[in-house]
Amino acid sequence: MKTVNGQRNAKRKIQIALLRALCGISAAFTCALVLFLLVYILAKGIPNISWELLSTKPSYLSGKIGILPDILNTVYMIVATLVFVLPLGVGAAVYLTEYAKNKRIVAVIEYAAETLSGIPSIIYGLVGMLFFCQFLNMQTSLLAGALTLVIMNLPTVMRTTQESLKTVPQSYREGAFGLGAGKWRVIRTVVLPGCIDGVITGCILSVGRILGESAALLFTAGFAHALNGFFKGLGSAGATLTVSLYVYAKEQGEFGVAFAIAAILMMLTLLVNLLAMLAGRWCKRRQAL
Amino acid sequence: MRRQKAFEYFIHGIFLILGLITVGCVLLITLYLVIAGIPAIRRIGIWNFLLGTKWASTAAEPSYGILPFILTSVYGTAGAIVLGVPIGFLTSVYLAKLAPAKIRTVISGAVSLLAGIPSVVYGLVGMMVLVPGIRSLFHIPDGASLFAAIIVLSIMILPSIINVSITALEAVPKEYEDASLALGATPVETYFKVSVPAAKSGIAAAVVLGVGRAIGEAMAVMMVSGNAPNLPELFGSVRFLTTAVASEMSYSSGLQRQALFSIALVLFLFIMLINGALNFFLKRSKE
Repeated sequence: MKTVNGQRNAKRKIQIALLRALCGISAAFTCALVLFLLVYILAKGIPNISWELLSTKPSYLSGKIGILPDILNTVYMIVATLVFVLPLGVGAAVYLTEYAKNKRIVAVIEYAAETLSGIPSIIYGLVGMLFFCQFLNMQTSLLAGALTLVIMNLPTVMRTTQESLKTVPQSYREGAFGLGAGKWRVIRTVVLPGCIDGVITGCILSVGRILGESAALLFTAGFAHALNGFFKGLGSAGATLTVSLYVYAKEQGEFGVAFAIAAILMMLTLLVNLLAMLAGRWCKRRQAL
Repeated sequence: MRRQKAFEYFIHGIFLILGLITVGCVLLITLYLVIAGIPAIRRIGIWNFLLGTKWASTAAEPSYGILPFILTSVYGTAGAIVLGVPIGFLTSVYLAKLAPAKIRTVISGAVSLLAGIPSVVYGLVGMMVLVPGIRSLFHIPDGASLFAAIIVLSIMILPSIINVSITALEAVPKEYEDASLALGATPVETYFKVSVPAAKSGIAAAVVLGVGRAIGEAMAVMMVSGNAPNLPELFGSVRFLTTAVASEMSYSSGLQRQALFSIALVLFLFIMLINGALNFFLKRSKE
């Protein structure tokens, strides 16, 4: 009897140790993967980054490649997208938490937002091309790309704002109403200042997504590498960093440039993640006050 | 006073419109895909289109069968799930239950970095590391294959699976675990026999989310899968639904272009199906 029990105990111990080890190994594997990607890309990319690459545009005469237009296009794309998506997303969130009384409408809007966040970016690209570039006659332009990204990022901004609106205490609103303020005044002076942390988080997440997006921009914003100012740039085609990485790697075989862009994107991704973490901490501290 | 009231109504109206924009966007996308996608399906014939095994859009006698793309997308996604889910699931158990706080912070940071890496960067690394690696390891003429795509996809879906599973595991009531521990089960046994079954709807949602990510990914897959419209073979060059749209769009015209929209419509239907399943599991895990 004792040996049977002993055997069972031993088996149980082995099982437990095995499961624990498997969990640890998986986590270590995930970590190693990230570390490998980080080190590999930075090691391959950083030697290829030069001031000349960063500060010039591609020249057919000298055959040299510069990525300044792509950097500027990425910045324009981020600015243009945020300018549109922030008011829309915040407005939608305010409607959902402050105005909507009909539960049906809320459910429909939230379901729509969930659906939007599940749609693959290539489909956004296609519809963006049909609607913005062709139907609204914007041609292939940064603006058409930005508007496509607005639809993509709308659910993100909406969700983060909604979360932070929920943390504004109901008593603040009641206090303001009690003092005789109208609804709009309450929203402007009490509710909106309270959701600033949600807006910031939404901004950071959106910037991360815009930086990494490529499939949705391929057919809406195009591949051009022209050096333009902000407003002229919006009206003309232009490749962002990700799109130009794709073109240089897949179509032109310029792997040095591709790795340089990959390293830049990697550093920016790290920065965005760091900012998101800091913003998260800051918001928590603000709420604790 | 009346002006004040009218003003409030006006503001209310503006916010209502802003709120309905998401609904409008979903309708717009659905409408455009259906309108753009139906004509080619009608001209080609729905069964010829869905079950045809030959895609030759630029041939003298063009043929538009997308079964190869559908099967490739299904196999590729299934492969990514088979490889990615066990690793993601075990990592999430480790992070949610076993890891010390400090290690947890570090690995969580790593996972969110993994989620933030642009897909073209995955594609580039796949092109430069995976494709040559597969070529020399398996002695095949070209490493750009379904297998390479599966590996890239399985890495790309890891963050979604890990994050959603962690949320589900952390939502398990502590009383369940305490009860199991009090009955003499060890912590590890408790996590696997009590916490995981209690979180199973959430974990199912994580898997479904992974499926959605994998089937919708275009750029990374385009860079490593070879892009020939063959019926799927593990070590053959293949084309996915997403890459079929992306690779021909820039130079397409006429019926070929319309057929690409139809492919997008098929992809969209897959995604809507997956979204439905995701909502089902998420709702169940909330209950």
